[in-house]
Amino acid sequence: MVEVKTDSLLKKLSVPLLAVLFGFLVGALVMLVFGYNPINAYSHMILGVFSNPYSIGEALTQATLLVFTGLAFDIANKAGFFNIGLSGQYLIGWLSTIVFALQFPDFPRGVLVPLSLIVGAIAGALYAGIAGVLRAYFGTSEVIVTIMLNHTILQISNYLTNFVIGTGSRTEKVSENASLTLGWLTEITNYSRLNIGFFIAIVTLVIYWFFMKYTTAGFEIKAVGLNPDASRYAGMSDKKNIILSMLISGGLAGLGGAINGLGTFGNLFVLGALPNEGFNGIAVALLGLGNPIGIMLSAFLFGVLNTGASFMNSRAGVPDEMAVIVTASIVFFVGAYYLVEWLFEKFGYKRAQGPHSAEIEGGKE
Amino acid sequence: MANWKKLAMFGTSALLLAACGNGGGTDEGTDNGAAPEEGGDEEQFTISMVTDTGGVDDRSFNESAWEGMQEWAEENDLSEDAVSYYQSDTESDYVPNLNNATNDGHDIIYGIGFLLEDPIQTIAEQNPDRMYGIVDSVVDLDNVVSLNFNDHENSYLAGMAAALTTETDKVGFIGGIEGPIIDRFQTGFTEGVAAVDDSIEVDIQYANSFSDTAAGQQIAAAMYSNGADVIFHASGAVGNGVFQEARNRMEDGSDIDLWVIGVDQDQEAEGEWADGNVTLASTIKKVGQAIKLSANEAKDGNFKGGENISYGFAEDGIDFTRGFIEDEAWEQIEEAREQITNGELEVKEFTYTEVEDAE
Amino acid sequence: MATSDVVVEMQHIVKKFGDFKANDDINLEVRKGEVHALLGENGAGKSTLMNVLTGLLEPTEGEIRINGEPTVIDSPDKADSLGIGMVHQHFMLIDKFSVAENIMLGNEEHKMGIIDADTTAKGILELSERYGLKVDPYAKVENISVGQQQRAEILKALYGGADILILDEPTAVLTPQEIDELMKIIRALADEGKAIILITHKLDEIKQAADRCTVIRRGKGIGTVDVASTSQQELADMMVGRSVSFSVDKEPAQPKEVILSVDHLVVQDARGLNAVNDLSFEVRQGEILGVAGVDGNGQSELIQAISGLRNVEEGSIKINGKDVTNRTPRKITEAGLSHIPEDRQKFGLILDMTLEENLALQSYYHKPLSENNILKYDAFEENATRLIEEYDVRTQSQKDPARSLSGGNQQKLIIAREVDRDPDLLIAAQPTRGLDVGAIEFIHKRLIEQRDHNKAVLLMSFELDEIMDVSDRIAVMYEGKIVDIVDADKTSETELGLLMAGVSREEIERQKRENKLEEVGNNG
Repeated sequence: MVEVKTDSLLKKLSVPLLAVLFGFLVGALVMLVFGYNPINAYSHMILGVFSNPYSIGEALTQATLLVFTGLAFDIANKAGFFNIGLSGQYLIGWLSTIVFALQFPDFPRGVLVPLSLIVGAIAGALYAGIAGVLRAYFGTSEVIVTIMLNHTILQISNYLTNFVIGTGSRTEKVSENASLTLGWLTEITNYSRLNIGFFIAIVTLVIYWFFMKYTTAGFEIKAVGLNPDASRYAGMSDKKNIILSMLISGGLAGLGGAINGLGTFGNLFVLGALPNEGFNGIAVALLGLGNPIGIMLSAFLFGVLNTGASFMNSRAGVPDEMAVIVTASIVFFVGAYYLVEWLFEKFGYKRAQGPHSAEIEGGKE
Repeated sequence: MANWKKLAMFGTSALLLAACGNGGGTDEGTDNGAAPEEGGDEEQFTISMVTDTGGVDDRSFNESAWEGMQEWAEENDLSEDAVSYYQSDTESDYVPNLNNATNDGHDIIYGIGFLLEDPIQTIAEQNPDRMYGIVDSVVDLDNVVSLNFNDHENSYLAGMAAALTTETDKVGFIGGIEGPIIDRFQTGFTEGVAAVDDSIEVDIQYANSFSDTAAGQQIAAAMYSNGADVIFHASGAVGNGVFQEARNRMEDGSDIDLWVIGVDQDQEAEGEWADGNVTLASTIKKVGQAIKLSANEAKDGNFKGGENISYGFAEDGIDFTRGFIEDEAWEQIEEAREQITNGELEVKEFTYTEVEDAE
Repeated sequence: MATSDVVVEMQHIVKKFGDFKANDDINLEVRKGEVHALLGENGAGKSTLMNVLTGLLEPTEGEIRINGEPTVIDSPDKADSLGIGMVHQHFMLIDKFSVAENIMLGNEEHKMGIIDADTTAKGILELSERYGLKVDPYAKVENISVGQQQRAEILKALYGGADILILDEPTAVLTPQEIDELMKIIRALADEGKAIILITHKLDEIKQAADRCTVIRRGKGIGTVDVASTSQQELADMMVGRSVSFSVDKEPAQPKEVILSVDHLVVQDARGLNAVNDLSFEVRQGEILGVAGVDGNGQSELIQAISGLRNVEEGSIKINGKDVTNRTPRKITEAGLSHIPEDRQKFGLILDMTLEENLALQSYYHKPLSENNILKYDAFEENATRLIEEYDVRTQSQKDPARSLSGGNQQKLIIAREVDRDPDLLIAAQPTRGLDVGAIEFIHKRLIEQRDHNKAVLLMSFELDEIMDVSDRIAVMYEGKIVDIVDADKTSETELGLLMAGVSREEIERQKRENKLEEVGNNG
């Protein structure tokens, strides 16, 4: 029995590990084809990040944001929804936080920072809530709604930044009282942008884990996601859970955006495209297998990849698009696994594919 | 020549694919530039640049800067290691890229584009003993040289060219991201159009991007469909989509001649199609020239930190190509250029108060 | 019969999952033209054995010979090419596709790569008429009844051109008349020279249709017997390993207060038609009301409406005198209802959750399983340990997902959860579908026990035997209405069969008077 357990844990872990491995292999293959030395490229990428505290700090800054978008995707996914609107919720969080912090620059730091972050989280939650309510009461596809909301907020944010809350394509910097910077953290990471958000991310991971595992609300979200019919039969409200999970999802993404706003940039500027963190969050959540520790690790991996990409270019002479190929391949291989599993489930063959899934019956140990 | 690169880009993004057709122009594998090898030739003076999100092969602004840097290396008989670039994929890459460039020990580091103003400010403050440059913006620090161009001046000529060429009395302007720099192009352009004939309508649109080729193509399609026949784009790689749309329409047998006015570099090559060329002319911004000058100054110990250097027609920092402009029109344009150069004609520069009034 | 007639030989088959032997030295020999029953309790290893034969699982040890040739069946495709077709217990149809498309799947008729739907539809219609498997080839699977889905599955296997046809519990959802017809079909197929393997635990079916029977118990092959010379009792004892009682012992009912009252109820089905049409009845404390009827006459909709899973258009439902019409399932549950749902995998369980979580599904939100919205996993564990013990759910671990259980044990899990809540009203819909005699005996005892504890029990089943054995009164549904409510001990299978077919009480009385009943009943 213990053996079966270990076995399935290994099997579970094999998916992300293989995806990462294959991702690097595909990247290496592409590099070889174009005459680059992949070992050189990868070692520069990895060493580049880990050889100086600054880059580690930057990788962790990235990872911090991805933890939020990763968790945000995960909770919606657990409830059975595909929240592709993380970027928009992240952006509205960023926007609202900056607006709020600029509005009240003289509040003491102990008040302004938490209030600004809460404003960002609430904005994200409400924005995702639109998709949740439409889905719950009208059955509208949350995928389409959130995609549209993404583009809507991008235009709104750019317009406001240009003409209402800022000039010259950007807003003022928020006051010192809204800064997330921590002196010693900045110092040990050689002036990287690593900030309080990192600790908020860790606390959020713990709370998220507790919420999903130990609260009745988390239990309901999981149940609804796994089997909406049985959940309804068991007296859970699907409407309530759809909306709740979308609110939490948007709130997490919004909080990520808020931390990005106050911690990474300190202002908002006109964006050419939706923030990447939203889309990378999907990959982080899938690679993390919906497990908080997994999400933390995969967020870190993506942080390292993103940060290390520039070393591939500047030190190994490999275009940094190669790093994008690696990331994209990892996502592809994780996605491929989900696709295969989804197909099996859809076509009903899932249970009969092998000893792990076949109905175990009869006999004796 | 640049095939390896073409292929390398293939898997990453359609945008970059579109952008790399004839990019580079250097020998195989060298135009990425690598940092000086550790323990290698420490004596060599090295310069570096951090691109904005348009990327190094935007066939416009960033590329022009990079070509200037390569020429600089060649002219100074320096190895290819002397120059390098750091490409920014998103806005959050600016600061770490500048930081890495600083840590990698380059002697002077340029931020290409006004989007890098804040990041340059941050990094230059943290490293007061290092030299930086910002293009298209002003950072008021002793260790930063600001390189600016009188874009409004050559945009004025672009406006005249458009007005003198249009047959529909309707022209278009496509900007990248709204901001003090691109607004400068816009005001110069509209002023130039109005100087010729103030009844000509100017359709102004922004792509909110310097890299979204598809957006450029969509906006151009809408403008041409609404009757504009000359479009001036000041939008970096977005312009590739504008050229694409113009070429497509000409190849599909457009009733009237459609034109695009290129920006920052001579974009005549972008306009070529089977039976002609849609590039009417190009405004040229000698970013490379400015960087070369400034790098030489720094190399010779004359770094103009804290200064804001403005390049106009008078300083030979900008230019306007003839392209396919008719003789008569070209005479008028030449005349205006003369007047701007010797100060007889002053093109109004953009300020925000005006925009707000105009709204 | 000569050895050359043997088409399938499975010799000393062992299948291990880790240390667990699902099949432990089983021999099976099937001849051309015979119906060979494979008999065993739920979870005895029948499905594993058949998965080995159809290439879904590889045996750990043993040899398979097809038509005398030693063969390695390493993929379902290989099994297909050997002419082995299987009709699964859990349907493998794609909901969004039509019946014809499902049947086509994998057997597409095509002309140069273009699917020839007409030829396929023709072929299906031919088969469907030939065997009387009535099903609309153009209907989407999601819109047809479970019974019709079963027919589509059988058609699919026939259409695939199988010579060796495995039927896994094929009769579980069919009406008595349909079962009779299926048995005829099976015989006809065997007479045409096909080898039929009939997986079942219904002894009367074996007696009716099978030539020989191989019995499996707890993974071990017990033996193969000639059906004609073996009694049902002997078969049952072989299967269970002890002496089994068939009859349901119960005292006469002592009905008291009305618990459930349904008044002029109208409920629509998924297509917006009135599936339940102006229907009224009551269930009292201390009685079991059986709802009989052919699948698709509104029984499912009725039960979903009572339990709050389907909207009530008109009329009212009262539990304990409290109006629960169109209330949420939780409100209704709290009014005193426990519900063993018809589709146990869709509604009854969350297959990917553990046994513990599934057993907590109805009561996780209050003490003792949670306090202040915080779940108490200790209580989950205790609750599960107690119920698994009490209801004899056979599992390796209560931390395993419900998916890992066999059908019978999944059902026991649901019954444990629902009965343990000590409801005033227990609704059991198809509670023994697909279960073996041992499990059926267990569940029937539980239902009667509930009645004797003064609960009201509503039993919906398509199995007439079950309805007649367990119920005190029987309501027969036909086209959304209750045609009659009869006392279980005063009716006969024939009378119920007629009522289920929509024959009115008056007509039946008239026939009774004219003494024609016997004849009519036989024609079904």
